[in-house]
Amino acid sequence: MGTGAGQGLFLGWQRVTVETIDLDVAGVRVLNRRLQGRDEPVAGRRFVVTNAKGRHALAVGLTEAMDVRIRGHVGYYCAGMNRKADVIVEGNAGTGVAENLMSGTVRVTGDTSQSAGASGRGGLLVIEGSASARCGITMKGIDIVVGGSIGHMSAFMAQAGRLVVCGDAGAYLGDSIYEAELFVRGRVESLGADCVEKDMDERDTEALQALLERAGLAADAGEFRRYGSARQLYNFRVDNAAAY
Amino acid sequence: MCGIVGLYLKNPALRPHLGRLFSPMMGEMTERGPDSAGFAVYREEGGRDEAKVTVCSVAPGYDWPGLAQEAGEALGAEAVAEAASNHAVLRASVDAGKLRDWIEAAHPELSVTSSGSALEIYKDVGLPMDVLDRFGVSQMAGSHMIGHTRMATESAVTTAGAHPFNTGDDLCLVHNGSLSNHHRLRDWLREQQGVRFQTDNDTEVAAGYLTWRIGEGASIAEALEAGIRDLDGFYTFAVGTREGFSVLRDPIACKPAVMAENDDWVAMASEFRALACLPDVEAASVWEPEPGKVYSWGGSA
Repeated sequence: MGTGAGQGLFLGWQRVTVETIDLDVAGVRVLNRRLQGRDEPVAGRRFVVTNAKGRHALAVGLTEAMDVRIRGHVGYYCAGMNRKADVIVEGNAGTGVAENLMSGTVRVTGDTSQSAGASGRGGLLVIEGSASARCGITMKGIDIVVGGSIGHMSAFMAQAGRLVVCGDAGAYLGDSIYEAELFVRGRVESLGADCVEKDMDERDTEALQALLERAGLAADAGEFRRYGSARQLYNFRVDNAAAY
Repeated sequence: MCGIVGLYLKNPALRPHLGRLFSPMMGEMTERGPDSAGFAVYREEGGRDEAKVTVCSVAPGYDWPGLAQEAGEALGAEAVAEAASNHAVLRASVDAGKLRDWIEAAHPELSVTSSGSALEIYKDVGLPMDVLDRFGVSQMAGSHMIGHTRMATESAVTTAGAHPFNTGDDLCLVHNGSLSNHHRLRDWLREQQGVRFQTDNDTEVAAGYLTWRIGEGASIAEALEAGIRDLDGFYTFAVGTREGFSVLRDPIACKPAVMAENDDWVAMASEFRALACLPDVEAASVWEPEPGKVYSWGGSA
């Protein structure tokens, strides 16, 4: 199997065993089979994954609450479709990290490539570094908090959820956005079609501060600007319903 | 799809091991491009005055010593040929352009894959590791290499359609992506600027375009920046030069690229897993190149 029980850790009253999975020995299929709990229960367990080496599709499709810590840079679609689990990547992540996240948290200590959190429906994605293009594309309820900056076409067709950027945002932010909320502390290179700056009241600031704290990023919510949909595109005009 | 990789060794002590460090990078990119592979190696043994031209014969068992002797007699300089699989490197103390022109005129059955004084280009159809083994890459020494694993989309799977493409003396190009205006640009370069093309490949058009720009006096960086305007399509380019290499992604940046650097080397690849085998990579700085920005190492700008 290539998976082995490591030394036990005492966490409060409960003794939790850390299971280490070395990808050079186990390979990606064995890892995912184990983390998906297909052979034995995984709820409440802790895992450390070593020798990631940029491999794709690590820790995907998890359905139980557990801690997974991946050491090193990961490839595409890491922690995709995750439900309940908390996954930490100690390094950078490739395309589509936490795509279609349902719940739980995914934290990346480095940078991410394009389409981070794509189509995510829930849960929290924290990127401590920066994210490149198309961060939060078609997000549907996920919260994404980025410590650094994001690239162009981020939150394209974003439908629900929140995208928080402590640095700058690239061109065409929030193009064709629906109901998602975007918060940017730094400069926005340009806004996409139908995306506009919106007022930020006390309730918005409080909610954002709570989200920043949950993400573990020290930033003052009062320094952010809020963006969202102007609701002027074709789909928002009730008159167009008559065409069908 | 295609995979591209580049490795430049800053630390001269590593240069005898260039091929051994480079081979697994190419191997990791097999899934991105399993139909053919090619690579450019920069190694300067004879100095700048010695011309080095790499040629490829589709027919097996080519008489390379005979070709060297004939070239020597025609050009009035001693020429030697060193064979590697179906390629050979011809060396002579003449101008590289002269040697290339002579081969192309006298031996149309051969294709010239590179010319210059440091550059050699080898390419063939087959799985990347098989292609590398055929040319004995793991034994190669040098300062830098760039390579390509191909999944063909715009033209046939042939040796000539494999990358890298030579773009002038000691210059070459590898490409992940596809260009959409290559037909008209090829016609314009051929008819208006006299650029020669060997294939229907879109990347060869980008190579011809860079050759033309550089011939007009542009630096590599200037030629690539002009390419952002004139080349329509998706691309991550890696350009090899005598001194190092440059990387450019198109402004939309659908095609991936990742770079890494430490005190000993600088490397680029389509995916990080191709860099994971490099020594001390976990402590190296690793980042994704920004769209529409030219990155250069080793004085190649």
